[in-house]
Amino acid sequence: MPDYTQYATGEPVVDTKAPEGPVNERWDTRRFQAKLVNPANRRKHTVIVVGTGLAGGAAGATLAEQGYHVVQFCFQDSPRRAHSVAAQGGINAAKNYRNDGDSIHRLFYDTVKGGDFRARESNVHRLAQISVEIIDQCVAQGVPFAREYGGLLDNRSFGGVQVSRTFYARGQTGQQLLLGAYQALSRQIASGGVELHARTEMLDLIVVDGKARGIVTRDLVTGKIDTYFADAVVLATGGYGNVFYLSTNAMNSNATAIWRAHRRGAYMANPCFTQIHPTCIPRTGDHQSKLTLMSESLRNDGRIWVPKAKGDDRPADKIPEDERDYYLERIYPAFGNLVPRDIASRAAKNVCDEGRGVGPGGQGVYLDFAEAIQRMGRKAVEAKYGNLFDMYQRITDEDPYTVPMRIYPAVHYTMGGLWVDYDLQTTIPGLFAIGEANFSDHGANRLGASALMQGLADGYFVLPSTINDYLARNPHTDTVDAAHPAVAEAVAETEDRINLLLSVDGDRTPDSFHREIGELMWEYCGMARTDDGLRKALARIPEIREEFWRRIKVPGTGEQFNQSLEKANRIVDYLELAELMCLDALHRAESCGGHFREESQTPDGEAERRDEEFSYAAAWEFTATGGAPVLHKEDLVFEYVHPTQRSYA
Amino acid sequence: MKLTLRVWRQQNPETPGAMATYEVDNISADMSFLEMLDTLNEELTLAGDEPVAFDHDCREGICGACSLVINGDAHGPERTTTCQLHMRSFADGDTIDIEPWRASAFPVIKDLVVDRSSFDRIIQSGGYISAPTGTAPDAHATPVPKPDADFAFEHAECIGCGACVAACPNGSAMLFTSAKVNHLNVLPQGAPERETRSWTWWPRWTRRALAAAP
Ligand SMILES: Cc1cc2nc3c(=O)[nH]c(=O)nc-3n(C[C@H](O)[C@H](O)[C@H](O)COP(=O)(O)OP(=O)(O)OC[C@H]3O[C@@H](n4cnc5c(N)ncnc54)[C@H](O)[C@@H]3O)c2cc1C
Ligand code: FES
Repeated sequence: MPDYTQYATGEPVVDTKAPEGPVNERWDTRRFQAKLVNPANRRKHTVIVVGTGLAGGAAGATLAEQGYHVVQFCFQDSPRRAHSVAAQGGINAAKNYRNDGDSIHRLFYDTVKGGDFRARESNVHRLAQISVEIIDQCVAQGVPFAREYGGLLDNRSFGGVQVSRTFYARGQTGQQLLLGAYQALSRQIASGGVELHARTEMLDLIVVDGKARGIVTRDLVTGKIDTYFADAVVLATGGYGNVFYLSTNAMNSNATAIWRAHRRGAYMANPCFTQIHPTCIPRTGDHQSKLTLMSESLRNDGRIWVPKAKGDDRPADKIPEDERDYYLERIYPAFGNLVPRDIASRAAKNVCDEGRGVGPGGQGVYLDFAEAIQRMGRKAVEAKYGNLFDMYQRITDEDPYTVPMRIYPAVHYTMGGLWVDYDLQTTIPGLFAIGEANFSDHGANRLGASALMQGLADGYFVLPSTINDYLARNPHTDTVDAAHPAVAEAVAETEDRINLLLSVDGDRTPDSFHREIGELMWEYCGMARTDDGLRKALARIPEIREEFWRRIKVPGTGEQFNQSLEKANRIVDYLELAELMCLDALHRAESCGGHFREESQTPDGEAERRDEEFSYAAAWEFTATGGAPVLHKEDLVFEYVHPTQRSYA
Repeated sequence: MKLTLRVWRQQNPETPGAMATYEVDNISADMSFLEMLDTLNEELTLAGDEPVAFDHDCREGICGACSLVINGDAHGPERTTTCQLHMRSFADGDTIDIEPWRASAFPVIKDLVVDRSSFDRIIQSGGYISAPTGTAPDAHATPVPKPDADFAFEHAECIGCGACVAACPNGSAMLFTSAKVNHLNVLPQGAPERETRSWTWWPRWTRRALAAAP
């Protein structure tokens, strides 16, 4: 097999759906150009939606309201438990309710700049436009956003911006938004518009004559392998941060749906763009199964610091004010503690690498509320952040009202994902990807409170408009059924993989492999990446893969509820995805956003982009397991926000 | 610390289950309760036994997936979810009983995993505001008094884990149901459906009986 790093560069990939013309008119133009499906005909069209998070829940409910027949899936026992439920801090919208100079254009500008100029302008502008409608929609559904005494909605600030445009529901914004979408979905389930299959996992995509026509699933309770057919398939399956084993994602979030689609022909774009969140609770030991995020909103009032001296191990309250280094406020006076996430994370890593970190192993920095409690009073701090403080105390057994929190960066979000055009369609006709599963809006770094905005924009507004065009232009007259060779092949591959996993009967658990690949990725494809390190990882991954198929142990059978089998099956995909992430990171010999290549930094240690060579999205085409993929570039054109070296100083 | 675990094992809904006893050692006080079970499961797997099945996902106390009865209490001794319970709440040498939710509305699927789809059906029968996408007025069109918004939030916070049903001697879902009714009924957006929402919440036989009444 040829060397994995010897990839070929194929034809560029182009978005043909965004219309020409002024950026603020493109969405209207596209909606007008898009063909429609007659309301009476819609119920004859079946759309599969995989995922019930913000993106999938919103899309399923809206498509059913429009009259389509929706068949929807999630692997949890209820749609209400999708990982979106865990989002804490808030959701952005350019409402300008504060009258602080916000506008659609400013949100657009902040997002393109925050993403370090690696996102497509047309998409980002549309996102900013739609943001306004999202808040209206959610309030109408009964989402109990925080309000002021006058009865109007409250806002807070998030990193990387200088206006207050984040709407929130205490520290549980994701939960409340998800319940809104879940309830809208439940209404459609009750009326028969949505057929829901919970505890059912998609294991492959069915492609017939080049078009997405269905999926292969496993019923997680009975183990039964099934097939479902449709006129279009929508993946709303979330991000792949769990490839790192430890992340802030829910334990069961995984990459299988998008990776299976990638293997069937959908390009994966910018897979190395990973967001490392600066404020997470540090790990306590080898037993650690996941990391817990402390919302970025805490940086509104908390001050981040470490001791000025190396190895200073006095307790925080014994370190006098003038021996503390509030390093973010010092290095970035304009944004202070509210610099974007990639910058805050790297700064934390740097002070810890210098030996100034705090807590066990020196892997932590302080997030201190003493000043805020003095300024606002304990009551006000409690009202704003109470549930987060409680969670911190439960996990660490320390009281953040009296002892500063300790935080450290952790993997949080993946900006990369399936390549989609302006219509959110992948390179497989009829296959759409929405929410965190696609790559579309955040470039190389996502701003806080923008994932919820994007998931809901995609689900409530974008996809329900663009999918009409596909369905109207592609009336399927043939029926696909289990006898079709493409279907039989997909089913056989799924069954073979499961049987193989069960038959190896080796001596290592699924978790031990997951941990191993995760540690490798964190070491070489984490916060700082080098040519040398990435090559090491690329040499190691095929070895782990080989060992996996020799030594994996999966107890039980396939015809039952079997959580070990579920895990092992997901790790198979991580072992391939990890390789592509490393290759993508290796090929992009520049730093941008969350992707920091040590070889490419400014004299003062900031990320240095190299626009002449890398102003493109890298879309990778699958060839074979371990075989070099083919790179397709989408050139990025900036007509409105001109690339500059980001400065938050 | 060293612990004795007595865990409910049940192969599937049809087969009767029983408590099984396991010893675990080297448990650190910083571990979460579920990380302690992960440790047990790693050992069981290596020994060729089937690991103990339990529901979990976020491990942050928000998704409502985790659902264990620990020493007779839903979610165990602290006022939090199972996933947020830490081993520092236990002492070296303790024996801990671990069971699934016990309620006829939540049949056991396997070991500690139960079927809670009845909760979804409750929401489907009126736990929503009918506001199709695209029909909403500006968010500031209707101010909501802060006390009402806070009241709605406090009821909307329910994570739908089912502990209230597991803890109720009658296995009733009234807490879950009333939380949703309160959340939606107090908001002006929920007002138009207030009557029908509470009406449709009624058990269907009551409604039929009322309809038949002279
Ligand atoms: C702790 C935390 C806090 C966050 N806070 C914020 C915040 O404050 N603001 C913000 O904007 N963003 C935040 N984010 C990011 C944001 O929550 C996520 O990016 C977003 O919710 C993803 O939504 P989604 O709909 O794309 O996917 P998810 O919510 O992850 O949903 C995925 C769905 O797909 C289903 N699924 C996946 N694979 C399969 C399969 N193979 N078969 C069947 N079903 C499948 C799952 O069951 C689930 O229903 C946070 C993230 C984390 C981890
Ligand atoms: S695992 Fe989500 S609440 Fe416990």
